[in-house]
Amino acid sequence: MTSPFFKFGYFNDEVSLIVAFILGLAFGFLFERGGFGSGRMLAAQFYFTDMRVFKVMFTAITTAMIGLFYLSWIGFLDLSLVYFGETFLLPQVIGGLILGIGFVVGGYCPGTSSVAIATGKIDAIVYAFGGLFGIFVFGEAFPYITEFFYSTPMGQITLPELFGIDHGIILLAVIFLAIAGFTAADWGEKFMASKKEGK
Amino acid sequence: MNVKKWFHHHEHDNVQEGAITPIHYTNPYLIGLLLGFVLLATFVIMGRGMGASGVLSTVVAVTVEKVSPASVEGNNFYMGYLGDGESNPLKNWLMFEVIGIVIGGFISGAIAGRNKLVIEKGPRITNKKRLLFAFIGGSLMGFGAKMARGCTSGQGLTGGALLSVGGWAFMIAVFAGAYAFAYFVRRQWT
Repeated sequence: MTSPFFKFGYFNDEVSLIVAFILGLAFGFLFERGGFGSGRMLAAQFYFTDMRVFKVMFTAITTAMIGLFYLSWIGFLDLSLVYFGETFLLPQVIGGLILGIGFVVGGYCPGTSSVAIATGKIDAIVYAFGGLFGIFVFGEAFPYITEFFYSTPMGQITLPELFGIDHGIILLAVIFLAIAGFTAADWGEKFMASKKEGK
Repeated sequence: MNVKKWFHHHEHDNVQEGAITPIHYTNPYLIGLLLGFVLLATFVIMGRGMGASGVLSTVVAVTVEKVSPASVEGNNFYMGYLGDGESNPLKNWLMFEVIGIVIGGFISGAIAGRNKLVIEKGPRITNKKRLLFAFIGGSLMGFGAKMARGCTSGQGLTGGALLSVGGWAFMIAVFAGAYAFAYFVRRQWT
């Protein structure tokens, strides 16, 4: 095992900030190329008129997921050292629903709004100020919703662990799901296009 | 207040009024593949994924502390973003990453000729209403992201690739919420 490099002390905190900046450059460039800088493009996926964002996002997740599995399998990456947050099921589902509504109402999510601001979208700037306000409201409400925030704790848990199924099987299931999703997305796009023509 | 007039010169912009024109957007599966590799590189180099909403939280926590230090005391949410008090809380990994995202996005937009001041919306809504919706949507996002312990970047992309249970539950909820509510704001986009 030789990675994650940072966890094995190959470079210090100061260097990690430069690494963060460089990785950010790549993310930002690809986000913009993917169409994430446009609120109309992002919202289009919720109306099946253009599923581009959905396709980019799930191709990215699937690619990284397969890569992680492979690098861990050949002994290059120690997956146990890769950090991800603990699961608190109920607050995460409720938070996701609220964020999802905010997504279609506002047109962006936090990461995409930074690319949208960079490319001059005025509504994205207003959206980001809304984001600051929403976080402020959450911060002020926090003492009253602390109990809910920490409810249904499940620890740092993955889908293979939850279902007690082999990692590889879950991987195949997600790949299958992604392909089904892409097919459905193409079908949705065609359906909406023909509906528009029929008008 | 005639907001539309301020941005009058963009009135005939095809991004705003006409069909979405994906000029110079690359094939979505190719971009997804490259994005997946960058995400994988992040895991391999740093042992963590990417994120975005944490930066906004730090800005809020630092501001609240400046304005009213007493209200931060004993609030574990704010304290979590203020660090140990030794170093500047704004000098953190996510902050540098997001600065990179902004500059990277600008470079891509500049190459493709997509950098221009514009209000993104469908043809059936006024600029003023669109900006109001943007603020309301942003507020919901901010609140929701904190409730969920992350956004589409931290929970969705990162948690999704790591097969985190919370990440997948979150992502399914995001799409469920967005698709369920899309009908009510259709005049904004279509």
